This record gives sequence, C-alpha cells and structure tokens, in this order.
Amino acid sequence: MKKRIIGRVKRVNGPVLIVKDIKDAMMMEMVRVGEQQLVGEVVKLYDGLATVQVYEDATGICPGDNVYGSGMSLSVELGPGLIGTIYDGIQRPLERLMEASGAFISRGLSFDAIDHTKSWEFTPQVKVGDKVHAGMVLGTVEETSRIQHRILVPPHMETGTVAEIAPVGAYTVENEIATIALDNGKQEKLTMMQKWPIRLPRPVDSRLPLKQPLVTGLRVIDSLFPLAKGGTVAIPGGFGTGKTMTQHSIAQWCDADIIVYIGCGERGNEMTDVLREFPQLVDPRTGQSLMERTVLIANTSNMPVSAREASIYTGITMAEYYRDQGYHVAIMADSTSRWAEALRELSGRMEEMPAEEGFPAYLPTRIAQFYERAGYMKALGGSEGSVSIIGAVSPPGGDFSEPVTQHTKRFVRCFWGLDRQLASSRHYPAISWLDSYSEYLGDVQQWWNDHSDGLWHKHRQEIMDLLQREVRLQQIVKLVGPDALPDTQNFILEVCNLFKTAFLQQNAFDEIDRFCPVQKQVKMLSVILAYYEKGLEAINKGVPMVKIRRLRAVQEMARMRLSVQNDDLEAIDKIQLRLERSIDQIGGVYEN
Amino acid sequence: MKTKGETLLAQADRKLLSGREYRGASRIDGPLVYMRNTHPVGFGELVEVTAPDGSRRSGQVLDTSDEAVVVQVFEGTDNLSLPGTGMRFMGEPLTLPVSDQMLGRVMNGLGKSRDGSGSVHGFAERDVNGEPINPTAREYPRDFIQTGISVIDGMTTLIQGQKLPIFSGNGLDHNQLAAQIARQAKVRGNAGDFCIVFAAMGVKYDVARFFIDSFEETGVIDNVALFLSLADDPSIERTITPKTALTLAEHLAFDRDKQVLVIMTDMTNYCESLREIGTMRGEIPSRKGYPGYLYSNLAEIYERSGKITGRAGSITQLPILSMPNDDISHPVPDLTGYITEGQIVFERGMQARGIYPPINCLPSLSRLMKDGIGEGMTRADHPHLANQLFASYSHVKDVQNLASVIGEEELTTLDQQYLEFGTFFEKKFVSQRFDEDRSIEQTLDLGWEALSKLPSEELQRLSDEEIAEHYGK
Ligand SMILES: Nc1ncnc2c1ncn2[C@@H]1O[C@H](COP(=O)(O)OP(=O)(O)OP(=O)(O)O)[C@@H](O)[C@H]1O
Ligand SMILES: [Mg+2]
Repeated sequence: MKKRIIGRVKRVNGPVLIVKDIKDAMMMEMVRVGEQQLVGEVVKLYDGLATVQVYEDATGICPGDNVYGSGMSLSVELGPGLIGTIYDGIQRPLERLMEASGAFISRGLSFDAIDHTKSWEFTPQVKVGDKVHAGMVLGTVEETSRIQHRILVPPHMETGTVAEIAPVGAYTVENEIATIALDNGKQEKLTMMQKWPIRLPRPVDSRLPLKQPLVTGLRVIDSLFPLAKGGTVAIPGGFGTGKTMTQHSIAQWCDADIIVYIGCGERGNEMTDVLREFPQLVDPRTGQSLMERTVLIANTSNMPVSAREASIYTGITMAEYYRDQGYHVAIMADSTSRWAEALRELSGRMEEMPAEEGFPAYLPTRIAQFYERAGYMKALGGSEGSVSIIGAVSPPGGDFSEPVTQHTKRFVRCFWGLDRQLASSRHYPAISWLDSYSEYLGDVQQWWNDHSDGLWHKHRQEIMDLLQREVRLQQIVKLVGPDALPDTQNFILEVCNLFKTAFLQQNAFDEIDRFCPVQKQVKMLSVILAYYEKGLEAINKGVPMVKIRRLRAVQEMARMRLSVQNDDLEAIDKIQLRLERSIDQIGGVYEN
Repeated sequence: MKTKGETLLAQADRKLLSGREYRGASRIDGPLVYMRNTHPVGFGELVEVTAPDGSRRSGQVLDTSDEAVVVQVFEGTDNLSLPGTGMRFMGEPLTLPVSDQMLGRVMNGLGKSRDGSGSVHGFAERDVNGEPINPTAREYPRDFIQTGISVIDGMTTLIQGQKLPIFSGNGLDHNQLAAQIARQAKVRGNAGDFCIVFAAMGVKYDVARFFIDSFEETGVIDNVALFLSLADDPSIERTITPKTALTLAEHLAFDRDKQVLVIMTDMTNYCESLREIGTMRGEIPSRKGYPGYLYSNLAEIYERSGKITGRAGSITQLPILSMPNDDISHPVPDLTGYITEGQIVFERGMQARGIYPPINCLPSLSRLMKDGIGEGMTRADHPHLANQLFASYSHVKDVQNLASVIGEEELTTLDQQYLEFGTFFEKKFVSQRFDEDRSIEQTLDLGWEALSKLPSEELQRLSDEEIAEHYGK
C-alpha cells in the first residue's frame, strides 16, 4: 500500500500539531501522524501549513514526523452491527480495543467500527427493474430482536434502476448486495455498509411539524414540561444534581425506538454502569432487553480531548442514520459542556482569539449546528423518523449565566433546570418547576388530551397555578410563620407539598417508581387535584385542616407512586373514592 | 510509506540521539527552560537537566517545534543559568520504577528517596501519566467499606474503588478524619491485602508528620508509601506528585492484587501549581485564572481509581482539598465535584459548635452508595433510613430558619419535634470521637433513635414494615 504523505510535523502543543510542507491536504481530512499512526484531522490550512488535531495522546510525536493523508473526512461506518456496541469518540469499538491492548487503552490502534466478517440474514425489498433513488429501502436485516435494520440507497446516489439484487441469504457488510444502473449510464455497486462524514448532517426530504411527545416515564417531564419527538432539550445543573441519572432514566424508559447514549467527557464508572445494567433491564413496552435498542459512545473525561470533541458528531450521525430508516431516535449527550470545553482547549492551543470565558467566538454557531440536527423528518426514502436531543449542561459553580448554558438556551425549546437546593434535600429528580419550561406544550397538547380524556391541559394548568401561588404564600410564611395564614391558604401549601412528594419526586432506584406510564400519571394528578377541591370545600365548611391531612387516604396518596403497581390503575380510583368519602364524612360532621 | 526496517532505523536514531547532551538554554522563565538547536525531540519526553554545579534534575517536554523545545523542570529552576544549563532528552516519557518494596518508604514527588535509607528500588518502569482504563474493562464498585464513622457509613457510604474527596477549609479537621478513615476502614467479611499510598502536595511538614505518626501508632506504616512534596519544595514538583503516587497505586492494585487507599492532600495546591505554569506560558485562562484544561487534567488523576474485571485489587481515592474562602463554587472543588463520585463537605459552623467530624450531610453525596447498601451488604432498612434522615434533616434546616425569624416558642409542636430531632442527629449521630469506631449496625440504630423523636406519620420514606420493626425500639 502506498501512503500519501501530506506534510511533516513542525510543532507539537498537546493534541494540536502544526504541519509544514503542505501541498494537497484537504480541510477536515482524516490523517495519521508519525510511526505510531495516531488518528488526526486537518482543521486549518494556511501558508503551506496545516493545523492538525490528534485524537490520541500526542506523547512522543516529534518535529519532522510524517503525516499521512487518508483522502477522506473523518467518517463513521454505518450498517448492521451498531446496536449494542460501545464506541469511543471516533467510533473505535472499545471491546476490540480491550482485546488488543487489555484493560488500559493504548495508542495508535484502529479497528473497523462494525464487524466486517459477521454474516447477516438479508431479505431484499426490491426486484430487478425497480426504479430506486436515494434513501429507498433495498432490503432488511434483523439487527436485533427488536430492530429491523433497513438497508438504504446512500443519500448522494443518483436515481437508477435495480440491475442486480442479492437473494435472501447471509451476507457480510462487505458483500455486494445490489447493482444499480444509474440514469446517467454509470453503474453503482452497493453493500450493506455506508460511510458518512460526521460533521455533515445527512440530507432529508423535509422537516415535519412536531406533534407527539417523547414519553419518558418521568412524571415531572411528561406531565409538566414535555419534550416532543424531534425536539431538543437542555438539562443544566451543578455537580451531583442529577443530570446523568435523568438521562439514564430517559434512556431506559422513553418510548424512542433507538437510543444513542454519548458519555462525553464524564466518568468511566457511569458507562460501566450502563453496560452492566442495560442488558438486564427489560423494556416495559416490548419486553426485550434495553441493550437491543442502544448504541453507546464512551469518551470519558480521561480519554483524549479532541476525540471528546468528535464524539458528539459521531453520535448524532448514527442517530440520523436510524432516523432515515424511519425510526424515532433519542440521543443523550452527557455533557455538552465537556464538549464545549474541548472546543475551548483546542481553540486555545491553536492560539485563536477567545470570546467569553476563553471560549472561541464560534461556540454559539457550533451549539446551534448541533441542535439543528434534531427534528421530525420525512426521509429521502419517504418514511418518517425523528431525532430528539437531550443535552446535559454542566455550568461552572452551578451558575446558569455562563456562556454554554446561555447559548444552549437560545437553541433549544425545552429546559429542565436542576436545582441544587432540591438535590441536597434529596428531592429527585431535582427538576425545578419554577425555572423549567417547555415550548412544546402546544405541539403535544392534542396527543396528551387524547390520552387523558381531554383532562391533561386543564389539570396541568391547575397544578401549575397552585405551585405559583405557593411561592407567594411561602414568602409570607418565611416572614410571619404559617399560623398567620388562614386554613384555606395553608391548605394550598399542604397540597403543593403533597404534590411534590407524591408526584414530582421519583425514585430512580425503586422497582415500581422508576418508570411511570402515562395513564398512571393522569390518574395520580387527578386524585391530587380532587384532594384539593374536596379538601377546600370541607375547610370552607369549617373543617380544620389538620383533620384532613391526617386522613388515612391522604397517607395512601402520599405513597401511591411506590405502592400502586404501574398497571393497577383501579387502585388509584379506589384511593380517590376513599378520599372523597372520608372528606365528605368529616365535612358532614361540621355541616350540622 | 516507510518499511518496517526504516521505522526501526528511525527509532534507533532517536535512541542514539537521546543520549546527547546540549548546553546553553535560550530562556528561563519560572519552571520553564527553553532550548534551541536540538535534534527533533518528542512531545512529553523525559529530560535530564544538569545545573551549573553538576547536580541533576528532571523535566518534561511541554512544547516542541523546529525552533525550540520548552521543558518544565520539576525540581524548579533555582540556580540555573542560561549558559550553564545542560539537557539530555531521554527519548521516552517520564517513568517511575515501581515495586511493592516502596511500601514503608518516604519519597519525594518524583519517587526518589527522601528518608535517608538508600535509593528506592523498582522493577517495572511505568509511564507516570498512565493510560485511560477502558470503560468496558472496569468492574462497577459495590463493596461497602465500613469506616466506623456514622455520618459517612450511614449517609454517604464509601465504596471500595470509589473516588470520594473531602471538601474542607483551612483549620478544619480534615486530616484527623482522613487518618481516622485510614485507621478504621475495613471491608467486612473480606479483609483483603490492604495498603495506603499517601501523596502530600504543598502542605506543611507538620501535616506530613501528623499522618506519619498516626500510621506509626496503628502499626500500618510498613504498608504505607509516602510521596512528599512539601510547602518548601519547588511548587512545580507538586504537578507530578499525584501522578507518581497513582502510578505506584496502579501497580499495587492491578499487578499485586492489593486494596489501595490513596490519600492526596491538598489538591488545591496542585491546581495552583498548574495555574502558575499556565500563566507563565501565556495561556488563555478560564475561571479565576485556572487553565481551561483543568477539568481534563484533574480527570486524568481522579479517574485513575476503581476496579478492573478479573483483577482482585482496587484503588480507592480520598483526595483532600481546601475550599478557598469556604466557597464550594470555587473552580477547584467545583471541577472536582464534577469528576469524583460524590463529596464529603465540611462546614465551619459545625466545627465551631464542637461537632467532629464537621460534615454537613446535605451537600455531601456518595454516588456509589446505591449499589453497596441494603440487604446482604449493610442492612435491609439502610436505603430508606438514609433517605428519611436526609429528608427530615433537610426540613430541620427550614425550621431553624423559620425559628430565627419568629422565635422557637412560636413554632408548632411538630416543628419543635423537628428541632429536637436535629439536635440529636448532630450531637449524637454525626458527632463522635476521633478514636470511636462504630459498626454499621450501631450507626443505623442511632439513626432510628434520632427518628423516634418524630411522630411516625412523618416518616413517609420508610415502609410500614420498617417502622414496625425499628421505630421507637
Ligand atoms: N431520580 C433519582 N432518584 C434517586 N437518586 C437520584 C436521582 N437523581 C439523582 N439521584 C442521586 O443523585 C446523585 C447524583 O446524580 P447524577 O450523577 O445524575 O448527577 P449529575 O448531575 O450527573 O452530576 P455530575 O455533573 O457531577 O455528573 C446520584 O448518584 C443519586 O444518588
Ligand atoms: Mg453526570
């Protein structure tokens, strides 16, 4: 094999190299550096020099070392075999790295991202003579027991006619499965694998309006601040406030078809936790292992910082690939702040002019470009699919006014702000009902009302109003104590308190509570609002509040998230019945 | 492409050149020495620096180009002169010769003897920068370490293989606590082969002395390797000390099957030394002048902990850091908290009220606790009990605030009960003696005793069965 030398190293400053004697290097070209063959990427070209960012630890690279060009941009391999795999930030399979270099990751290793030797059972969906164009389904492969992988005509291919198509049978991703006679007279031979440059969004036919929620099973999200399929949300919060737990929960229980989970500059043990736990967890909707729908990317905090920068794009490209097959994909990025910091570090080493807090001036553009890759789309092939992005943000000092949080807020339409105070009083998930918002309320209202006998919107409004009134009442209590308030107002505090412990809080470690189906959410909210209504009536009749809050049924309500099985909705109806009856009873005593 | 032969030749060339000594630096700036006209030198190479008086120091290449090489000298640049400085580039990164004979020894930040009992012998040479553990090779830590300290065991349980820092402040009892943990820590049922690696960065000699005395008293000193880079040692040496210490820890844990506890104090000094170098090099700073890569740099230290599938050993890290101005949002504690698996937070007010250890459990957290407690590990009621104590104690804080406005007498009976619970919790549960070693059962029973100050309807985090079994007993 003859390798093209694009230049020689002039300077090494950590992961950023200056390369001299540049002739034909291309912007964004993937390169290999030195005899260690470290992976890198050309990020700047000027005056016969190139700036190259290396994706591995640069120790040992010398001025004078050769830099070899690959002739293509940093790309990912797309095809059957992605699901269930764990990759690093530049799509190297970590299991293979472990086989090659043991428990610690050595440098200069490279492997195919998907196994090129494994055979897959292919079933054609077209026949010879069929007209095909970009994005159309050529055939299918059972990738896992729940994901049917659709082999697509690659996005940039011209239209043509199927000249040959492989019959049902076992093929590797390198075997040709179709020959297309293009309308321009050329022929194109296709395999089950495509390559796609990670920094380029995959093309679609059109964007469609958002209308379905991404049901997460977390009550505070679904019922109060819903995310739409194809939408974007940021979860900012200081350390230990629950970003990762929230993302893990969503990755486990949300109703997307495919999950792409990116551990971007976070802890090694958290990825191990996912790897260990997901195969054992069963999806409540399909009864299958959660690993059967998950792709993992782990570029932990101690792994090279430039690969961390790339990991976000590697992940979203895979997500788009499954979207193009007609799937709903949810992608979690934990944490986008670490990605932004990688940008800052690289930019600093390139000696670029910094803007706010040392971040490069193009930070907002990059954030916007990333979130723009979400959406509910009509694919080139005609099917509909979506990519929803759930990005964690780790603001320094937990202060939301810093650049990454602020710029992210400009480009996402949903915001789940985590509150340090809630987290330290162990109110989990610590999503603040005062700071958070969702601009998707209108988009998903129809769906929700269809699933709640038309009650969702009204109930949501009622409880949000109570929570707002509570804030004002709390201020008074802080000044003069609770005794100064009449029982009717104290009762608002009481109901809000109950709502927080019985509804908003959700224990991710509890067998029952970690996931709450839509119907249970609807019932739970109804019974709490009924408590308010009935209770208030009684108080107006002169019943003292303490009598109401001591009722057995109220205690039951406080524990229903833990004690009532997720499919046993009647149990909540019964609680409501008992509650109403017992309030009526004491009410009756006072009426006379 | 070069043939294999050519590659080997190039490597051989480098080996030959690596012996060569260059004289005369072009610039010296703080701990950094700039050298021109050398052969091509690799990034991160180890450098042997010769001072005008002939003494040797070590350094590392921070930046290398056709024009100049920038070397950071770990022992500092005092007494170096431009013409009198010599340098040899060793052709490989900074390594540490490791062996279990380093236990019982006192070394400097680079692993060289400082106890006067001869040079330190190591067998295997290890790159001090280490390599990242492959996440697929990790084993999730889940073995409960009983520290004998109630507020830790009960509320922020330490797990073998965890990295759990102590966020403290000047003059608080963090050294006592670390020493007490080192003395009392045990994994029940499985003693394991236990040892301690201790790294001191920029602390006073008294602090090192305190730890040495404490290790001697308990007779573990032969199982402790000490790496001391004290306040009067060159500040630059601190930037390598934790890495040296962890290189040995990795050897002990993953080659020698030992359960290693790594105590590092004070991480704030380490970060300050990094800031010094960054500023010297004219880097663009981020918050409070600390370098933008501080997060990644700290992660390269803290992530060198945990367990590996198929190996018996573990590395548990207990870094100590002082929060400047007691400010938890200062970059050092803040970035640390974003990397470690929880934190133990000291509160000055509690120490002032005579509570030892002065740990405020509300901002404290152990993220690995969930898998290490409960039935078969500690006790079945532990998870819910801890939840309840957190919830109730956090309400105590609200009540205290209210009481300070309207006066304690104006509080409802219930709120007064909460205050009573709070006092018991702080004075009896959290508070204990420096030499008091409580079993987990004692700790949990004390927790229940605290809760019995409250009416049972208030205990919504506990199940009816748990209340029936333990409440008021
Ligand atoms: N829903 C939940 N149920 C129970 N415990 C929770 C929940 N959410 C968070 N926690 C607790 O809070 C701890 C910290 O949560 P998490 O790791 O998600 O924080 P984080 O915001 O990702 O922090 P960092 O920024 O440092 O990564 C968890 O280890 C767990 O103990
Ligand atoms: Mg996290």
